[in-house]
Amino acid sequence: MSVTPFLVLSAVLFGVGAVGVLVRRNAIVVFMCVELMLNACNLAFITFARQHGNLDGQIAAFFVMVVAAAEVVVGLAIIMTIFRTRRSASVDDASLLKY
Amino acid sequence: MDLLYLIILIPAVSAAVLLLGGGATKRWGHLLGTAAPLVSFLLGVVAFARLAAGDEEALTQQLFTWIDTGGFHVEFGLLFDPLSALFVLLITGVGGLIHVYSIGYMEHDARRPRFFGYLNLFVAAMLTLVLADDYLGVFLGWEGVGLASYLLIGFWQHKDSAAVAAKKAFIVNRVGDLGMALAIMLMFATFGSTTFAGVESGMPEVSAATATALGLLLLLGACGKSAQVPLQSWLLDAMEGPTPVSALIHAATMVTAGVYLVTRSHFVYEQSQAAQLAVVVVGLVTLLWGAIIGCAKDDIKKALAGSTMSQIGYMMLAAGIGPAGYAFAIFHLLTHGFFKANLFLGAGSVMHAMNDEVDMRRYGALRAVMPITFLTFACGYLAIIGFPGFAGFWSKDAIIEAAFAEHIVVGIGALVGAGITAFYMTRLMIMTFVSERRWASEAHPHESSLVMTVPLMVLAGLSVFGGVLLLNGWIVDWLEPVFGPEEHVALPIPVVVMTLLTLAVVVVGAGTAFLLYARRRVDVVAPRRVSPLTKAARADLYGDALNEAAFMRPGQYLTRSMVYADNRGIDGAVNGVAALVGGTSGRIRRWQSGFVRNYALSMLAGSALLVLAVLAVRLA
Repeated sequence: MSVTPFLVLSAVLFGVGAVGVLVRRNAIVVFMCVELMLNACNLAFITFARQHGNLDGQIAAFFVMVVAAAEVVVGLAIIMTIFRTRRSASVDDASLLKY
Repeated sequence: MDLLYLIILIPAVSAAVLLLGGGATKRWGHLLGTAAPLVSFLLGVVAFARLAAGDEEALTQQLFTWIDTGGFHVEFGLLFDPLSALFVLLITGVGGLIHVYSIGYMEHDARRPRFFGYLNLFVAAMLTLVLADDYLGVFLGWEGVGLASYLLIGFWQHKDSAAVAAKKAFIVNRVGDLGMALAIMLMFATFGSTTFAGVESGMPEVSAATATALGLLLLLGACGKSAQVPLQSWLLDAMEGPTPVSALIHAATMVTAGVYLVTRSHFVYEQSQAAQLAVVVVGLVTLLWGAIIGCAKDDIKKALAGSTMSQIGYMMLAAGIGPAGYAFAIFHLLTHGFFKANLFLGAGSVMHAMNDEVDMRRYGALRAVMPITFLTFACGYLAIIGFPGFAGFWSKDAIIEAAFAEHIVVGIGALVGAGITAFYMTRLMIMTFVSERRWASEAHPHESSLVMTVPLMVLAGLSVFGGVLLLNGWIVDWLEPVFGPEEHVALPIPVVVMTLLTLAVVVVGAGTAFLLYARRRVDVVAPRRVSPLTKAARADLYGDALNEAAFMRPGQYLTRSMVYADNRGIDGAVNGVAALVGGTSGRIRRWQSGFVRNYALSMLAGSALLVLAVLAVRLA
């Protein structure tokens, strides 16, 4: 079984996620794009694990999932708070922390 | 004697009480301050009597170990030998009279207790100077005298001129102190000891060069304290202090310290002809220098200050002559202490009566208004010009004789100095007490109170009878244990002729002044069109101008260029680096824009760069 289609899919997903992070302003969408990128990485991990016939990649994928879950909790909480105070979910509006 | 230290301690403690007590001492401060030197005087008399009884050659007392570090060990000890004894009596005796006088003179000054505190400090420092048995101990007193004189000259520091004069005295004295400090270091390096005894016993073995260096360094120190050329410039400005201070500095303390140092170090000078010659030259130049300045000054105190320089010059001259002159230097120092204190306090009494006017051109005919001041001043006047029988006659004559025996040029210089002394003192006398009244209508001259006139009477008595110290050569015999036997050098002409010659010169000097000032009207405003010599003398013979041109201006240029180099060079480099870092970071900071997507883009770009770099390494 060839691994190429899986890797191509992974790369496409990663690219879509990266572009989404860069161009979208809505914090929720940006967040979803970040998740997309993480899962693209997961796909690549698992593909390589399958190719090499060991479990290293699978374990890495599990770690990524756990971290992603924790990150979602924290991230969504932050987005919620910002939305409550500013009535906006745009990432460009929250730009006070600068030089 | 075990109580020797009390002589120093009593004025020192009194000074501490007065200076720390502040306003609390207002009512009794002057009494305590006056009692302290008088008690010291009594102790001095007791010690003097024990010394005169002849059982001991000198009274000594070891007080404590002062410095003990490795090879450097200094004991603080006191030495009361015939030389110190005379100084102690002069300092506490004449000093005590000046204290009494100050009670009246400073009566209306709100800071009188502090004034007495400073006076006591002065006396204590001077007593340390003459009682220490070690050059380092002398140095302690030396610096104390410098400090006290600074405080006293600048006592009226609200006057700018007084503050400046105090600083000047302090700084010029520092130059002399440098010589003294170097001499002490050289002594320690050469002998490993700085005591009088240690240096004296080591002196015969040292090389001529070391002896000369030691002598010249000590002379530099002496010049600073005694206001000898080239460090004379502070003395005339020191007149800014209250008049009792001038009397104390000029008669009993401070300026005598240099003469003390040179005579005390006679064993150094005996090993070096060159150093002795230097002392003689300094003395000779100063005695003429001061006398010439004294002739042109209209300020009564400055005229007397010039005269002090000149008289100290006589003492230095005698001290430089060697064993033939030491005793006479001290003798003249004592008689000068009497009559100069008398003259200064008299001048203070006149100023007191004339609303602090110091210009003699505004005096005149005061003899009728102030008879006691006039009579006592006249005693001092006759003593200083060397009128036969008065104190100055005996002491100055002895020095002039010794000078002629030394060298004809030195002798003639001393003789001319005596003539000029007679001239300026007669001028001062006539302008102040005789001639016609020139004071302004608002001045109401009056005789001073008893507390001021009694010290004047005592000092006048001493000025008249001070010569008895020479009776049967007493002072020469008394000082013999210190200086060794006097070498009497025979004069080429009989002593009587010599004395008559001196008297003739004095009469010429006094007569000239009489013709110039008593026979003619004295202008109230000093005439502008005068001879170049008068102009020079009015400007202190350009001593200040020389110091300014040779030391002050180059020093100012140096400091200014250093400040410029510091501001532009060193500060410039430091500030430049700081500005560079600050400016650069200000620009770099702009990247922190606050837009999350910006950061995401830079992360992506960074990752892409890393990947590219890895690929490039792989493929290469």
